[in-house]
Amino acid sequence: MRGWTEIGAVADVSRLGARVVRCGELRIAVFRAEDDRVFALEDRCPHKGGPLSQGIVHGCRVTCPLHNMVIDLGSGHAVAPDEGQARTFPVKVIDGAIWAHLDDIPVARVKAVVE
Amino acid sequence: MRKKLVVIGNGMAGMRTIEELLDRAPDAYAITVFGDEPYGNYNRILLSPVLAGEKTIGEIMLNDDAWYSERGIVLRKGKKIVKIDRVRHCAVADDGETAEYDRLLVATGSLPIILPVPGAELDGVTSFRNIHDVDTMLEASRRYDHAVVIGGGLLGLEAANGLMKNGMDVVVVHLMDTLMERQLDFEAGALLRAELEERGLKFLMQGKTKQIVGENGHVRAIRLETGEEIPTDIVVMAIGIRPNIELARRAGVYCDRGIVVDDTMLTYDPRIYAVGECAQHRGKTYGLVAPLFEQARVCANHLAHKAFASYRGSLTSTKLKVTGVDLFSAGDFSGGPGTHEILLKDAQAGIYKKIVVKNDRIAGAVLYGDTIDGSWYFGLMRDGVNVADMRRQLMHGQAQLGDAGHGGASAVISMPASAEICGCNGVCKGAIVDAITGKGLFTLEDVRAHTKASSSCGSCTPLVEQLLAVTLGSDYSTTPAEKPMCGCTDHSHDAVRKAIVANKLKSLSEVMRFLEWKTPNGCHSCRPAVNYYLLCAWPDEYADDAQSRYINERAHANIQKDGTFSVVPRMWGGLTTPAELRAIADVADKFAIPTVKVTGGQRIDLLGVRKEQLPEVWADLAKAGMISGHAYSKGLRTVKTCVGSEWCRFGTQDSTDLGVKLEKMCWGSWTPHKVKLAVSGCPRNCAEATIKDLGVVCVESGYEIHVGGNGGVKIRVTDLLAKVASEEEVREYTSAYIQLYREQARYLERTAHWIERVGLSYVKEKLVDDPDGRKKLHARFLHSQKFAQIDPWAERAREKAYEREFRPMKELERI
Repeated sequence: MRGWTEIGAVADVSRLGARVVRCGELRIAVFRAEDDRVFALEDRCPHKGGPLSQGIVHGCRVTCPLHNMVIDLGSGHAVAPDEGQARTFPVKVIDGAIWAHLDDIPVARVKAVVE
Repeated sequence: MRKKLVVIGNGMAGMRTIEELLDRAPDAYAITVFGDEPYGNYNRILLSPVLAGEKTIGEIMLNDDAWYSERGIVLRKGKKIVKIDRVRHCAVADDGETAEYDRLLVATGSLPIILPVPGAELDGVTSFRNIHDVDTMLEASRRYDHAVVIGGGLLGLEAANGLMKNGMDVVVVHLMDTLMERQLDFEAGALLRAELEERGLKFLMQGKTKQIVGENGHVRAIRLETGEEIPTDIVVMAIGIRPNIELARRAGVYCDRGIVVDDTMLTYDPRIYAVGECAQHRGKTYGLVAPLFEQARVCANHLAHKAFASYRGSLTSTKLKVTGVDLFSAGDFSGGPGTHEILLKDAQAGIYKKIVVKNDRIAGAVLYGDTIDGSWYFGLMRDGVNVADMRRQLMHGQAQLGDAGHGGASAVISMPASAEICGCNGVCKGAIVDAITGKGLFTLEDVRAHTKASSSCGSCTPLVEQLLAVTLGSDYSTTPAEKPMCGCTDHSHDAVRKAIVANKLKSLSEVMRFLEWKTPNGCHSCRPAVNYYLLCAWPDEYADDAQSRYINERAHANIQKDGTFSVVPRMWGGLTTPAELRAIADVADKFAIPTVKVTGGQRIDLLGVRKEQLPEVWADLAKAGMISGHAYSKGLRTVKTCVGSEWCRFGTQDSTDLGVKLEKMCWGSWTPHKVKLAVSGCPRNCAEATIKDLGVVCVESGYEIHVGGNGGVKIRVTDLLAKVASEEEVREYTSAYIQLYREQARYLERTAHWIERVGLSYVKEKLVDDPDGRKKLHARFLHSQKFAQIDPWAERAREKAYEREFRPMKELERI
């Protein structure tokens, strides 16, 4: 599983909630939809940098807590008529563990604390 | 196989219904639309600005061909349906094409009334109804100099103004002695006429057209009953419209003046619906666009088999789309027995206002020259608000233009395009007008979504509403009273609350299932509201849903722009002690909190705390006996006090102690929006009690209780609710008032807005005139407080279960 990193368990995230995974300066927001689908986005709203992980999750969307911009969790795109895109990371769930594909992070490769 | 829906009429009513239907049930029907004009759907109400050269046809198109094809809708442009075959369930076009239907939507609109006078068929005689008519007029204005417009109503004046702007010499011939007599009284009509005459229009009042005189088949003049002749090159007939119902009538669908529909927009044929100007509902037909938004919503709800919405008729208001002329009219302004008129006239300034009051309710209003309060009066009239207690202020308006940088200017018409309307988001007039016309917006919500104007603090809402009204003219109607909570449901706030109580709905999922929410789990707008309504209805049963709380209420701290939080411990009545101050100082040092500030509510704010620090900060504050100050909640915030009789030489009562008692009673309660109290020890009012949600002003003989104040976005001074003699009564009135607000206000509605909506008289009725009801409200409040007064900070600092809210899930290390 080259480039994939385990970042937590599905059970660690509440339904319609989010948790943060920190990686140096980078914050990754991990969301769990009502149907247990999991998404990972950079925790930064394209509008004014608000922490998306703190927003209200509904369907496959999150509303930024600062100015209510609504972001599609799958694509990271702001929902029309707003414009902008948050950075997304591919994720998959294996046996209840969440794995994210992080190796395009520009600074350096990432090593998980727990291998 | 999908059912077939055929729409006759490619106008605003039909397409609005289709848009609403697609929103609810995108795949329910295979849709075919027939329109007899060779265009896509355009915004008919903006034809006047097109004629006046202020807009182009391209700018008023609502749905182009791509819109239809993207949604799989078959559009038949330029095809006229000539027959509805109700036995075979099909519509037949003039070229023989037939379209079968399972459901048929008739949206044929209306036709201009043509005067039955000799010469009406001459070349150069036109109506003012569609793009073709506008083209005819524009073409004439290039070739000729003289025009006559028959009809001095809304449409006639807009046509006359447009022709004049195109360089023509225009005479308006009007049957009555005053212009727009259905919308304006004599005084306002006279002001309007003077204004238009100054711009160069000519009027011939009480003129009855006898004949249109032609030469070589083209119009040459009109002749009046008096024998007088007015030479002209074109004649525009704008004397009114009538519902276009021939097709339906010939098919045997029951018609009166319009196609008769019930409260679901269904005609007497259970497969056929009708919406818009062709429909007659409860004896009324509408010639304006505004009602069709509501009709479209109801019709779409039934087409989508939701089957609960009902249309109960619309109240309409009028605006004239003549740039620079500012008038507003609504309801019955003619007066008569049992009515009272409130008048203001300043002819030199060109301002005239008349409000007609009947049984303490606004029955009608005419405004000329200053219409900023039009939508306010309209709302009061529509909601039947008792205005007895605001009668003296009524004429002076809502005065809600506060701090958004427009210096109280009320006439948006005269503002330059660069004038900033929304101070929060920096949106100027030009951007809003461009969005309204360019993107085909009709409602305040549309403007908020597309421009962000009025979407933050809301203080510019009346200005944005005015811009909508001025840009769209008579067809803009203020937000309906019973508008849906949000895009997730068709139900209004009040309807959802009623359903929760009546049907004993006790969880979010039950509410959303029972009321057929359109989205799987709502959105950031409806979920916190429903969560609150459930909490308010079932205080001892409902388990609060953390995921339906805004972050501030979930984390029990205020989020800041950089994602850190602020912490405000409670200081009862603004009192503190050296020990508390020491604890706060120690916390600030220990956690290197960057900013410490005194708040407006007499508390201390610690700003810049990282989320994961919060539980430890709280634990330290708890050791000194401090609990959450709820500075983040839609709930009781603070009770501000002055020092009162204990120290002050002017104090009449112990205001500090009373403030502490009130705060001990009310802390922890959840309310529709934040609630701030204050107690002042004498009428000098150092605690600023008269701009609070509830303020007590102590006097020698007792306590004045003031309600509905607001010191924020829009400053509103409180109204006096009652004067009482004892502290016990103050407590009872205060809790009963908060409970009434909790049970009846809509989520995110401050007490000031709530009181303006329902009227102070109503609140007095419940709290002052009904001691028994007041005591029950008081008891319900105290009951709900038993479950609400649990310090959330101590809970979260102590219990592991909350840890996941505050800790990162994982820390990764970079190689």
